[in-house]
Amino acid sequence: MDVASEHSTDHDAHHGPAKGFTRWVYTTNHKDIGTMYLWLAFAMFLIGGSMAMVIRAELFQPGLQLVQPGFFNQMTTMHGLIMVFGAVMPAFVGLANWLIPMMIGAPDMALPRMNNLSFWILPFAFGLLLLTLFMDGGGPNFGWTFYAPLSTQYAPPSVTFFIFSIHLMGLSSIMGAINVIATIINMRAPGMTLMKMPLFVWTWLITAFLLLAAMPVLAGVVTMMLMDINFGTSYFSAAGGGDPVLFQHLFWFFGHPEVYIMILPAFGIISHIVPAFSRKRLFGYSSMVYATASIAILSFMVWAHHMFTVGLPLAGELFFMYATMMIAVPTGVKVFNWISTMFRGSLTLETPMLFAIAFIVLFTIGGFSGLMLAISPADFQYQDTYFVVAHFHYVLVPGAIFSIIAAAYFWLPKWCGRMYDEKLGKIHFWWSFVGLNLTFFPMHFVGLAGMPRRIPDYALQFADFNMISSIGAFIFGTAQLFFLYIVVKCILTGEKAPACPWEGAEGLEWTLPSPAPYHSFTVPPKFED
Amino acid sequence: MDARTQRSLVWLVLLPVAMFGFGFALVPLYDVFCRVTGLNGKVNTSPLAMPVSAKVDLSRSINIQFVTQNNANMPWTFQPLSTEMEIHPGADSRAVFRVKNVTDHPMSAQAIPSISPAEAAQYFHKIQCFCFNQQHLAARESLDMPVIFYVDPELPDYIHTITLGYTLFDVTKLAARAN
Ligand SMILES: [Cu+2]
Repeated sequence: MDVASEHSTDHDAHHGPAKGFTRWVYTTNHKDIGTMYLWLAFAMFLIGGSMAMVIRAELFQPGLQLVQPGFFNQMTTMHGLIMVFGAVMPAFVGLANWLIPMMIGAPDMALPRMNNLSFWILPFAFGLLLLTLFMDGGGPNFGWTFYAPLSTQYAPPSVTFFIFSIHLMGLSSIMGAINVIATIINMRAPGMTLMKMPLFVWTWLITAFLLLAAMPVLAGVVTMMLMDINFGTSYFSAAGGGDPVLFQHLFWFFGHPEVYIMILPAFGIISHIVPAFSRKRLFGYSSMVYATASIAILSFMVWAHHMFTVGLPLAGELFFMYATMMIAVPTGVKVFNWISTMFRGSLTLETPMLFAIAFIVLFTIGGFSGLMLAISPADFQYQDTYFVVAHFHYVLVPGAIFSIIAAAYFWLPKWCGRMYDEKLGKIHFWWSFVGLNLTFFPMHFVGLAGMPRRIPDYALQFADFNMISSIGAFIFGTAQLFFLYIVVKCILTGEKAPACPWEGAEGLEWTLPSPAPYHSFTVPPKFED
Repeated sequence: MDARTQRSLVWLVLLPVAMFGFGFALVPLYDVFCRVTGLNGKVNTSPLAMPVSAKVDLSRSINIQFVTQNNANMPWTFQPLSTEMEIHPGADSRAVFRVKNVTDHPMSAQAIPSISPAEAAQYFHKIQCFCFNQQHLAARESLDMPVIFYVDPELPDYIHTITLGYTLFDVTKLAARAN
């Protein structure tokens, strides 16, 4: 049973986790920290999700029913902030913590104490952010993009807390990224060259560089806001010689790489799951690596596609339009590779594979609507409509979120040593799939017909589609409570899982027993390709 | 922590620190970029010496339009004395704007210029402008403010109309803080 001892010679490795609450506060173990990240992300996902439920309940019918417009604005803003910074990003960091050391044959992350710090900053950051909802004047109400001067001159007094919490999350992400890079660069098992690394490791390495380059710019932007609000500078205030458009340039210089921070690790996950359930090697490994790297580089050259209507010069409109469309090329390579991997494979459709296939199909739909938005003359019509909302939800929900759920099902046996209930997993998939498409597909139509985003009320002709969206949202929302039930049931009473429960899965993590011992790979494993 | 990790840590910390600095460096860079290229209708907000060689091009005339607006809750009245004029490229021209502080207390204001079409911004030169300074007016005081400018004869010939817009900002608090 205790196979851990096979891998460990020094006596330190024999002691298990400490007992009680302090285990979690003081832990430097990558598995403990990964677990905490994942549970925090899941809690945030439910909180952000309930805000979405408030939004959809208000939009169920035209007119104002349930909430005041001011509160509605706080809900849309907080929903975006919580989902981006609280759910998706920590979930990926949690997966990185759990999986990267096991995938590269390392005993832990390179900087375990910093790892502890970078997690424990987060509950305080989000605590502060959520507390703003109860302060005088309410929480942030200026949209998750917090454009100046909405977020400076016209912001509620709680904006300073918002700025501080963004600083904290940024710090946490940067420390997490430093840790990931230091681990991958220095701690790979002998024989694992860069081009033999599993793709989840590769995509996370590139994501970590994006984090290191983009998050400090965000920290700079909120620092400038802080100074404009409290210290009389005029970065974004035209009265003092500043420029509000500058805010948008700086924000999106961070913001576009940020969207790839939220999708590149997902590409990695899908590149593990699709081959496993196709019982084939991944098609085009090296092209996957190069495609990921080129997406990352391009992501710093396209930011103004969010700003086509601010009055860019013609040359700018054209440059950002073509540069944006170029991203479709490496993304297309990836989709092609996944489909080629499935082609003539012996496919089985377990829950992780269902989510992975839905990822490929629905993410591609989101990619195509992104291409439509990239056409700058057309964007003048789409800007700030529900079409944009449909687009980024199609890349984030069946993109980032589905990949995280797929990863959870795929590696859950490794994490807790038990299998989830396959039948319930499939029900969860179809429940989510139907809810998701009901919610977001009609948004394309109302958007093209001219319904603006971020409004609590709308013209009567949009009523039917909005009602469908709201019903879909309630279906999707309850499906995620069901997911919580499935996970808890798996942890408590799931069947015992073998070391490798998936016939076609490859990788060092599957050579460890399930559940993975508290200390693994204290002696580097032999890596053979 | 082994020596390799320590070495990586050095550049892994330097990179985000440098990027934080880069974010701030983008502020002047962005400004310089807009000013040099004349994009975004940004115009020089410091006086320009009249070049000696500027010849007046009597063969064309340009229609200059003036628009004014108040930012947010700025209570002053702010109007050009005439809303448009015909000028020849290269010739000195003068326009006057009238402001009045309609409130019962002293206030300070700053006008921010903008030019459209944006392509014309780099050909529009101000020799003297009230937008180079703040205006401080006592309660109920009014003031006529001139702008003296010329349009570069190099202005592309498909541009026939240039609009000079000013937005008036209340900077009473900023001015008080500066003193
Ligand atoms: Cu973008």
